[in-house]
Amino acid sequence: MSHSNNATEQVLRSSGVDVRKCMRCGKCTATCPAFDEMEYHPHQFVYMVEKGEIEKLAASPSIYKCLSCFACVDRCPRGVEPAKLVEAVRLAVIRQQGQNHMKPEAIPAMLDEDMPQQLFVSAMRKYSK
Amino acid sequence: MKFSYFPGCTLKTKGKDLDIFARKSAEALGFELCELADWQCCGAVYPMAKDEIATKLSSVRALVSARDEKRELVTLCSACHNVIKQVNNDMKTDADIALRVNNYLDLPTPYNGETTVLHYLEVLRDRVGFDKLKAAVTNPLKGRRIAAYYGCLLLRPSKIMQFDDAENPTILEDFIRAIGAEPVTWGMRNECCGGYIAAEDRAQAEKRSSTVMEDAAKNGADTVITACPLCLYNLAKNGGSDLPVVYFTELLAEALGVK
Repeated sequence: MSHSNNATEQVLRSSGVDVRKCMRCGKCTATCPAFDEMEYHPHQFVYMVEKGEIEKLAASPSIYKCLSCFACVDRCPRGVEPAKLVEAVRLAVIRQQGQNHMKPEAIPAMLDEDMPQQLFVSAMRKYSK
Repeated sequence: MKFSYFPGCTLKTKGKDLDIFARKSAEALGFELCELADWQCCGAVYPMAKDEIATKLSSVRALVSARDEKRELVTLCSACHNVIKQVNNDMKTDADIALRVNNYLDLPTPYNGETTVLHYLEVLRDRVGFDKLKAAVTNPLKGRRIAAYYGCLLLRPSKIMQFDDAENPTILEDFIRAIGAEPVTWGMRNECCGGYIAAEDRAQAEKRSSTVMEDAAKNGADTVITACPLCLYNLAKNGGSDLPVVYFTELLAEALGVK
């Protein structure tokens, strides 16, 4: 099994998503609040994972643009849940040694006095292992 | 009526008002929030991956404590509610996750999702009743036009949260009517504020939050209410509007005369 097949297997297993259920309606991308920030959009995550193009997704800043709002999860008429693929690809990246996307030492420069603890707890959970 | 209560990290720090006014109001309405001993932060975002176990443990510990106290578990912060309720669903419906969590925790009695998780608003609607709340109001907020901001986490994923109709919710509007104010009709109430993106991309948070705030203002709101400290931060700080954003519990306490 090639490296790419292994990566695809891992993303499918970790996300629990059945990409074959997708009927290409594009509703996930239409409803995504981060749509215009993304190089690859939610519907592209679905078919690129199906085609095994994990490396392109893993190298894209798109994996850090998802807001985890669950809009695509809730509004998909086929129950595909694309956000789970974005999360699985991001985890495959940040779980590697040295690949944390947000580092604690970078946080002081981002702070303002009103920021709730919840903001950095969630950001660190999303961006770092 | 006694409930186990999970306040969460932000309600002890930047989000104190959400907690304080909820406790005062509970007292006025005749129910008690019993804070769990030694609760741990829920992590603020639900770990969606099937192979994430450690990140779900703090939620399971809270759920187990409530089960052992034989009470329903009440949350207040939208994020805590979302995480704990979704993890509870995993413990109930995902045998692999439940097995691995139970293997790790080695509890005297294994946990399989027995606890009922309620948001404070659900306590008001389903345990107290909005009619009883209305009758307990001493200072109705007459003439106030309030925009109910649901955001994402109370509503979605709707199959699991089962909080309200995710596209046409009414619980916050019914709450607003019960405290004597008028709910505003507007479209952006269940769209994202930008959430944690504010940490590294404030411009994106500003885009999201200002879209929400402009819609609230355009429809004649004088105040926006939320149950989430991060929504409150984004809407108030990154929303580009002077419209006040407050926790729903603050208005509740005001209406009950305990603010």
